[in-house]
Amino acid sequence: MADKVLMKGNEAIAEAAIMAGCRHYFGYPITPQTEIAAYMAKRMPKIGGTFLQAESEIAAINMVYGASAAGVRAMTSSSSPGISLKSEGISYIAGSDLPAVIVNAQRGGPGLGGIQPSQSDYFQATRGGGHGDYHMIVLTPASVQEMAELTIHAFDLADEYRMPVMILADGTIGQMMEPVSFDFDIKPAPEKPWATVGTGMKRPHNVVNSLYLNPAELEQNNFDRFKRYEIIAEKETMYEEFMTDDADIVLAAFGIAARVSRNAVLAARKEGIKAGLIRPITVWPFPKAPFAKAADHCSSIISVELSMGQMIEDVKLACECRVPVTLCNRVGGMIPTPNQILDAIRAAAKGGK
Amino acid sequence: MTIFEKPHSLVDIPLHYCPGCTHGIIHRLVAEVIDELGIEGTAVGIAPVGCAVMAYDYFACDMIEAAHGRAPAIATGVKRADPSHIVFTYQGDGDLASIGTAEIVHAAARNENITVIFINNAIYGMTGGQMAPTSLVGQVTQTSPYGRDPKLCGYPVRVCEMLSELEGPEYLARVTVNSVANVRKAKKAIKKAFQNQIDGKGFSLVEVLSACPTNWGMTPEKALEWIDTAMIPYYPLGVYKDRSAESEAKA
Amino acid sequence: MTTSYLFAGFGGQGILFAGKLLAYKGLTDGKNVSWLPSYGPEMRGGTANCSVIISDDDIGAPIVLEPDVLIVMNNPSLDRYENDVVPGGTIYVDSSLIGRKVNRTDVNVCYIPATALASEKGLDGLANMIIMGKLLSDEDQLGGESLEKALKKCISARHADLLKSNYDAMMLGSQQ
Repeated sequence: MADKVLMKGNEAIAEAAIMAGCRHYFGYPITPQTEIAAYMAKRMPKIGGTFLQAESEIAAINMVYGASAAGVRAMTSSSSPGISLKSEGISYIAGSDLPAVIVNAQRGGPGLGGIQPSQSDYFQATRGGGHGDYHMIVLTPASVQEMAELTIHAFDLADEYRMPVMILADGTIGQMMEPVSFDFDIKPAPEKPWATVGTGMKRPHNVVNSLYLNPAELEQNNFDRFKRYEIIAEKETMYEEFMTDDADIVLAAFGIAARVSRNAVLAARKEGIKAGLIRPITVWPFPKAPFAKAADHCSSIISVELSMGQMIEDVKLACECRVPVTLCNRVGGMIPTPNQILDAIRAAAKGGK
Repeated sequence: MTIFEKPHSLVDIPLHYCPGCTHGIIHRLVAEVIDELGIEGTAVGIAPVGCAVMAYDYFACDMIEAAHGRAPAIATGVKRADPSHIVFTYQGDGDLASIGTAEIVHAAARNENITVIFINNAIYGMTGGQMAPTSLVGQVTQTSPYGRDPKLCGYPVRVCEMLSELEGPEYLARVTVNSVANVRKAKKAIKKAFQNQIDGKGFSLVEVLSACPTNWGMTPEKALEWIDTAMIPYYPLGVYKDRSAESEAKA
Repeated sequence: MTTSYLFAGFGGQGILFAGKLLAYKGLTDGKNVSWLPSYGPEMRGGTANCSVIISDDDIGAPIVLEPDVLIVMNNPSLDRYENDVVPGGTIYVDSSLIGRKVNRTDVNVCYIPATALASEKGLDGLANMIIMGKLLSDEDQLGGESLEKALKKCISARHADLLKSNYDAMMLGSQQ
């Protein structure tokens, strides 16, 4: 196995993207994700790739749209306010059935907010963000190793399903260093007969487009896309369970919140409270099955989030309100401590069955 | 004897443009140039949001439909993906000079090796005749019903002049298509703008003063006259930048 | 076995670098490690701190709130973090920059006049490494291949001339 290297999460994303064959990166500076752009700026010219600092996030996502339409693996990255600006382009990418990888190293909001980590773009990421009926596949890494793994996975998923895939990270996972192994089997990108690469006078022209003035046609287009989403929900949902088999209190958390929750689960177990953790790795599609299963035997679920309670809605839907679901959160760039979560577990255990 | 034919790189379907609109002429000129330069097989066009939104159905080369104003950014992505693509955008005045100002300015500043066909008809056509960034002072539109008042909404933007202040662009020219002579000149400029890209010279933009009889509330004939009497005085025709010619002249 | 470290001081004192060295050493020793910096708009001269965890097990939260070991190189950092150290933990203090003594009596304290020593011995800017030398020798981790490897990972090839001075600074620290 290849040596592990110590790397920042943001750098791991950049290196993994290059390994995945991405040679076109378009970005605009914003904290806390600038390491990705810096890494790409350094590496791309040396490997025949393109790093281009766009005039705005809006331009950057549209450069991705163009490069992707032209058949290459392309990506952009930003942080929360920048993702709002990109949302127009993401809707067009979804509507035009183009693959693209978009990284959001979330920071506190709304507005300019702060630069410390957050998970408050959950709704934006899982509900679309831009206009229209569409989804992105949303991957939530909880370690530097996953920043790399899920980036490579993101390019594969984007190409396979011809849709935008978001890496929904946060400032902490982006800035922290952990050992990472880049020992990956890289699948070649699939053929893209739909790409606008010139007809070569050999075929009718390809058109990349999201405009359908005929409502019946647009409706069918939406139906077809959502059929694809059903397949994705069935095949591509990812999650991890930690000590949930006999758990009485189940935590739900992703990304940095899941890391902290893990400590709280272990601390609770030391006190004799049967706690467990379900960590969604895809938040769209949302892993409903483990929550439905947990609701059969646990007495309550605690959604641990760096937001005012966004994922909690999906958790409630997934367990169909069969057990109480409560929120344990910090926002604005603050991160819950293991003790705060432990207190929430203790409180839930007291009120349990 | 030459028989009049549709250019190969125009799909043989009816255009949706209004009677007297000059989009059709400009489409034809672009297509003729694509044919003459033999680039249909490598060309990728970017259609705007505006009256030409469905240009992707009309040009026979590969086409991409852009979000409003973003065509130069998309063209940048396509060109950077493979510089052998011949990439052009076809944009109206609202698209290029209002919502897409940042994209066009920076594509020009980067001397992005693309060709831009910029249709200036001083109005938003597709949405039904609202004031454009290029609407003239005093011009009556749906959203300037008492005439464009500079105190309220400033002055029309002269794109060629503005971009000519940049170091980046290779070629900037303003033409029109309101007479046979002007159509011929327009074609020459468009051809040069594509040839520049083939030669790797960089960003080339041709602004075409275009007629919108429907939203101007004029007959097609009057509209062509209005280009002469109202538009050209504010938007003089000519070459605003031609770096290669300038450096040849110096040498 | 899990040990958590918190490094704190001013930007420019090599706080992040010291943490990185420790993390790299842990990695070279085959441990699980995490390194998390504070980040903010101030690039130099502001406060800087970083959390390092070295563990035989999977690491949960990478944020160190209750360090086993605290390394402080300015007054505000001692004020801010002194009470967070776990009982029985250790605090390393650069006593040439921090005027006061540690108030806690349930922790081990090590005072090293690192900044003064560094300028005395012509090792300006390496006070961080002097403290690291002391810390590693206390943990019986000084010397050996993994430290050398870690140091080479942290110092890029074009600054290879700095390897020796960093090493010297650690040796100096270990004798304190």
